[in-house]
Order: sequence, then C-alpha cells, then structure tokens
Amino acid sequence: MKKLFFFIPLVIFLALGAVFYQQLGKDAEYMPSALIGQSVPEFQLIDLATDSVVGNEALPNEPYLMNFWATWCPSCAAEHAYLGELAEQGVTIVGIDYKDDTPAAREWLAERGNPYSLVLTDEMGHFGVDMGITGAPETFVISGEGEVLYRHQGVVNAEVWQTLKGYMQ
Amino acid sequence: MKAWLMACFVCLASGLLHAEEVVQFASPERAERYNTLIEELRCPKCQNQNLEDSNAGIAVDLRQQVYSMIQAGQSDEQIIDYMVARYGEFVLYRPVQKPSTAILWYGPFALLLVGALIFIGVTVNNRRKARKGV
Repeated sequence: MKKLFFFIPLVIFLALGAVFYQQLGKDAEYMPSALIGQSVPEFQLIDLATDSVVGNEALPNEPYLMNFWATWCPSCAAEHAYLGELAEQGVTIVGIDYKDDTPAAREWLAERGNPYSLVLTDEMGHFGVDMGITGAPETFVISGEGEVLYRHQGVVNAEVWQTLKGYMQ
Repeated sequence: MKAWLMACFVCLASGLLHAEEVVQFASPERAERYNTLIEELRCPKCQNQNLEDSNAGIAVDLRQQVYSMIQAGQSDEQIIDYMVARYGEFVLYRPVQKPSTAILWYGPFALLLVGALIFIGVTVNNRRKARKGV
C-alpha cells in the first residue's frame, strides 16, 4: 500500500502531460472578441465614396463581413485579392479604413480594385477601439440584424473563409 | 560573475523600456491614477505587456483613451469597465474574483496547505520512527 505513494509523482506527471499535449498546436494568440452576441456599436463615420457622415443605418441588412484595413498594413495588401474574389462570389464586405490617410486609401482602391460595398473611414481609430480591434487586418462576421457573430484577427484566405462562411448563414 | 552582470544589465535595460508619451495632469492624484491604470491594464495586442510598457499602436491609443477619460473626470471603475466591454477581461492583469477564476486566486493557497499537511505528516512519522529506533 505504502509503495503506491511513490507513484503519485508519476500520476501527476502523466496528468500534466495529457493537459499540455491537448494544448499543443492551438493558436495561443487566438482571442475571442468581447463583442460576440452584441450589436455593432453606434458610430458616426465618413463614407469614403461620398464624403458624407453616416451612422449604423448605412450597414447592410444581410449577413456581411466587416473588414478593418489600412494602406500602411502589409497583411491587408496580402488579403486584398482574396477579398476581391469573395466580393465577386457575392459576399457583402464593409471596409473600415482604419487610422489611415484618406487620399492614400482612395488611390489604393482605385489601383487594386474595391471589394467593399461600403467603406467608412475611421481616421482616429475610435470605432476600432469600440469594436475591440488590436490592429489590422481584422474581420468580423455580422448578422443581418447587426449582431457580431465572429471575429478573425489576421489575413483572410480560403481556409479562414471556411470558418467565416459557417457564421454567415 | 558573468551571469550576475548579465542579470544586472537585463534589469537596467527593462527599466528603460517604458514607452511613454509626455502626459500632463492638473493634479498629482490624477497622474497617479493614470500610472496605476496603465500598469494594471494589459495590452490586447502584445499579450505579456501592460499598456505602460507597450509600443504597439493600439497600446498608444488606449493610453490616450485612459488619459482623456481621466481628464473628463471619469472614475477608475468607469475606465476599467470601458476597456473590459471592448477587450474582455483579458485586459485585466488582476483577474476578477468569480467561480471560474477561483483556482487562480485560491489554488496556490490550496497547494500550500497540501504541502504543509504532507510536511507535517512526514515529520511526525519520522519522529515516531526515530523514537522507536532509540
């Protein structure tokens, strides 16, 4: 009976090993948004196309992607072509031009194509903070009722889209 | 000796790593609140730094936000609630006390208690043995 006590460290070791093994390969950076299940915060932002101030009523009434991007962001350049493909497939994407220079942003869209049905400029980054973003690019899935369903940090590609698509229904 | 010198340099260097803008407050009490808040709030981008130490764009913005909220006369609680509403409890270096965080708060004490019990058990056992041996 007493000898069994000597196995306690081994048992603890195995238990810890099992716990750590399960965590292997998980994305340690992944952080769910604090806004999941909540409505898109109220905003007053300038529409890049019309230069007029718009609020939440300008957002689509169907499920859509909200993509934070900027011309200073290399990963945004990397995902831009793929966003174009999604737009061609009929996915509605709202772009938030995050802490950017408006003329540069216009030039960027003219050069690379515009996958967005609406582009709002968040020059000060206040709307970004309200959405809890930590940088660009970040992409949210928003329901037709304006509820935040999912958030992805980083580049959107075919693999990520499979996940996003699941939330778009 | 070499390792010890190294450690000294690392400590000195980390003291210099503060990434702060010049901020000015009307009262020292507000400046102190600012410093405490940016020390206790975690940068949501760079996961092991607080707002005070981080140079990430978002950390600069959030420091600015803390500053303007203090200037606007908001309480510490309001500022913390503002951050938690946007970035989750993740931004708190001091976790909220609730059932799911109980293990963080009380786990170490529970382990200490277990260790103390084992220590007492072994000591008592050894003494008994020693007495028998004599």
